[in-house]
Amino acid sequence: MHESNLLSLLIFLPVLGAAVIGFAPRNDDWTRRIALAFSLLVFVVSLPLWFNFDTASHEMQFVTRVPWIPAFNVNYAVGVDGISVLLVLLTTLITPMCVLCSWKAIDTRVKEYMIAILIMEAALIGVFVSLDLVLFYVFWEAELIPMLLIIGVWGGQRRVYAALKFFLYTMAGSLPMLVAILALYFTGGETFDIQELSKGSYSSTFQFWVFWAFFLGFAIKVPMFPFHTWLPDAHVEAPTAGSVMLASVMLKLGTYGFLRFSLPITPDASHDFAPVILSLSLIAIIWGSYMALVQTDLKKLVAYSSVGHMGFVTLGIFVFNSEGIEGAILQMVNHGITTGALFLMVGMLYERTHSRLISDCGGLRMTVPIYVTLLAIFSFASFGLPGTNSFVGEFLVLVGSFKSSLLAGAIAIGGVVLTVAYMLWMLQRVVWGESTRKDDVVVTDLNGREIATLVPLLVLVFWIGFNPQPFLDRVRASVEHLVTDVSAIRGAKNIEGLNDAVLPPMRELKPQHAAAANPVAVNRTSADACRALPCQIANWDRKQTL
Amino acid sequence: MNFVISDLLPVLPEVFVLTMACAILIADLMIRQSGRMVTYLLVQLTLLGCSLIIVGTHENGVVYAFHNMFVDDAMSDVLKLLTCLALSMMLVYSRLYLTARGLFTGEFMVLVLFALLGMMVMISANNFLTLYLGLELLSLSLYTIVALQRDSSSAIEAATKYFVLGSLASCLLLYGMSMLYGATGSLELGAVAHAIQTGAADKNLQVFGLVFVVCGLAFKLGVVPFHMWVPDVYQGAPTAITMLIGSAPKLAAFAFAARILVEGLQDLVQHWSGMLIILAVASMALGNFSAIAQTNLKRMFAYSTITHMGFLLLGLLSGSIEGYGASMFYAVVYALMSLGAFGMILLLSRADGFEADTLDDFKGLSRRSPWLAFLMLLLMFSMAGVPPTVGFYAKFSVLSAVVHAGHIWLAVAAVIFSLIGAFYYLRIVKLMYFDAPESHAPITYGQDTALLMSANGLGVLVLGLLPNALMSACAASVQQSLLLH
Repeated sequence: MHESNLLSLLIFLPVLGAAVIGFAPRNDDWTRRIALAFSLLVFVVSLPLWFNFDTASHEMQFVTRVPWIPAFNVNYAVGVDGISVLLVLLTTLITPMCVLCSWKAIDTRVKEYMIAILIMEAALIGVFVSLDLVLFYVFWEAELIPMLLIIGVWGGQRRVYAALKFFLYTMAGSLPMLVAILALYFTGGETFDIQELSKGSYSSTFQFWVFWAFFLGFAIKVPMFPFHTWLPDAHVEAPTAGSVMLASVMLKLGTYGFLRFSLPITPDASHDFAPVILSLSLIAIIWGSYMALVQTDLKKLVAYSSVGHMGFVTLGIFVFNSEGIEGAILQMVNHGITTGALFLMVGMLYERTHSRLISDCGGLRMTVPIYVTLLAIFSFASFGLPGTNSFVGEFLVLVGSFKSSLLAGAIAIGGVVLTVAYMLWMLQRVVWGESTRKDDVVVTDLNGREIATLVPLLVLVFWIGFNPQPFLDRVRASVEHLVTDVSAIRGAKNIEGLNDAVLPPMRELKPQHAAAANPVAVNRTSADACRALPCQIANWDRKQTL
Repeated sequence: MNFVISDLLPVLPEVFVLTMACAILIADLMIRQSGRMVTYLLVQLTLLGCSLIIVGTHENGVVYAFHNMFVDDAMSDVLKLLTCLALSMMLVYSRLYLTARGLFTGEFMVLVLFALLGMMVMISANNFLTLYLGLELLSLSLYTIVALQRDSSSAIEAATKYFVLGSLASCLLLYGMSMLYGATGSLELGAVAHAIQTGAADKNLQVFGLVFVVCGLAFKLGVVPFHMWVPDVYQGAPTAITMLIGSAPKLAAFAFAARILVEGLQDLVQHWSGMLIILAVASMALGNFSAIAQTNLKRMFAYSTITHMGFLLLGLLSGSIEGYGASMFYAVVYALMSLGAFGMILLLSRADGFEADTLDDFKGLSRRSPWLAFLMLLLMFSMAGVPPTVGFYAKFSVLSAVVHAGHIWLAVAAVIFSLIGAFYYLRIVKLMYFDAPESHAPITYGQDTALLMSANGLGVLVLGLLPNALMSACAASVQQSLLLH
């Protein structure tokens, strides 16, 4: 556990940026430049998280701990481990893009807009790095305020409805969580320290209530079926940067919460109710994909695709094996990259056509070669074409779920097929389809700024696609610790019992279940499973960590 | 009764305020309306002097004076200081508003000082009679202040309602106190507590008296089902006076409740905490639902006050020292937020008689004045209990006490009601930020008001980021003061 002020710097730099913008005179050009400078600075400052991260340790790193409210034993405690490090980096990477993509699109109240973006970045980073429940809750709620304003002030036609729905829906989820946090405080020995609380063991009734209270908060955020109805509204009405922030980072808060709180603190309840969560995840995958299939609005299509993709993430988390969880974390990052990119591209098209309808945007053909090429690549990445990032993540999640249950894996595969279907159909309509666009609307190709916004994401798509190892390395130690920790409490027996009782197990893999408590053994099986499949991730050699 | 000179030291702040009030009353006769600023400054000086005396005479431990009629302890010092601060802020906020409406008079300011005296006596009372006298002095001053605007029928209506219902509440309270006196044979809180503890007193009579005392308290706090006067008085009174009623007296009301229930009737806790649960849940429910339906901002804040008082009761009913500390913290935070919110209405109201007291007056405020809109945003999120504002910690500490006392369902009910509450605070944010302005009239305000407004709004945020000092001050002062018998 080495000490560092890096994470505090990451939280306070954007706040400083917001303050600078706030006190500077109103000049839109300079406001944009200052915001970009600060967001890039934050990204640069965050890079040591990638390079200096100790991949062998599951302990918290870059820890800062200062007493904050001694009356309640609340500390300002921040740190990252394998579960959160990639998400922090994702946040610092996405924010400059949000600033860039708003360069022309936002022309009213630029100052307030940029302040909101930067404050939101600070709060989002804060959520991922908090090691204290109260601090976590403060950031968790605080991040709602800038998002509310971004949707409500700079959004589309039904922005007010979408903004209020977003805020109240999310708050409805987080308030029961507050009660659960307080209950944990008194049961777990008057501490809000997340790691301390994770070590405790709680009665099953207590776990039941805490699990469901947390579940509500996280499930609304993810959003899991049937709590997803705020998402299409918020996504569609938000300005491009809002949608990107929402899809790329904010949705991850929920799944991150499952990993950080539900699994370690309430392992029994998580296991007991895993079938419910798995079923909801599968419904989300299928339902989200079907809904995406019938959308005529491009942004809504991408929004519903998020529901499906996040279903994969929750699926991976609640199969409780290291493949599933590693895949889930990687998939969180992947979804942030590809869906963020798709929202950016939809936003760029909207700036030209002023319509989000697929028919109005249709028939681009080769008039805009750069745009079409990039759109195709990101769509392929979204449905997980081998060689792109999502393939690795989805593949790991599928391996994990097949190990857990044949049925779950099979349904998930069905979801993948649907994803391919709606993405390709969307692409076909946009590129070659009939156009109802008025003749005087000329669609020009991407300019330098827009290409610069997309290139980093493009690089990441292929980097993770062809060489996921550095990413998985950073995740692995923490995931294995989590899996052993959870299984140690439960015992491997119960996991099998669960599978037999609820979902038909995959007979071939069954002997390996007994080894679930042993992460090394699990690791080897997954490596074997990977090699058995013809995939482009040949250099993905898990042995090197054994 | 023997008079001891050393008794005078603990009551020095009260003596000072009384002397100054009388002096200003006479001095004001010789001041023309155009020189009313002198009176105003004298009142502000009195508040400052009173604060200095409180700090100067502060002693560790609990000091009783006048045969245990009066107590000077850490809690009373902290609450008196904050009461002075709240009144001083109220006067700064309302100066221009009152001047424009012809209410900036010597009577008003003297009555404010008498109200302050009443509150200070309530805060320091250690005897049923002292408590009652303080309460009546406060109430009579407030009835008169509400009625000051003689040509406004709504103000007169509000004053009448306030007076009639307030008197009824005083009767209930007095009746309950007389029963407790009959049962325990004493008016002094410590002796009452002792009689109850030793079981010397008639149990039925005690509980019967307790019911009336709690009803009287509920009337004064304005919690359901004794809340009927609150919306009418809040809406009917001139805004500056609504602000006066809605801020500092809540601190005194907390002290009043804590003195009677905790110091006097601690051993009946299982009886009164049950009653308070009903009052608290009913207030949170009715307050929040009714607030949604309001179009008048002052009336909306009236219902929001009812809700907040319900929350304040949550801390008391948990029956623990942490709970009392949480309640006190809540009262202080509420007073701060309420001052800010009413201050904003005063700021937006104009000299030509325009009152910014409907929701529509806040439409598009972020375009007319981004800074004021931002401050109001902070205040509204604080009232809704959204971090990182201080309102969150007020709710947090109260809920924590409730959960610790084992009333999980009560905590769940409270958070559900605060979600409903979030809606109408959010609606103000929506009006300010998402809607287009209806009026483009320039907003005019004094430098002092603007400065105070900024300090108040930012204070809500800063206290939210660093809540420890105020939280521990409340907890520590309660710890040193209550439950010592």
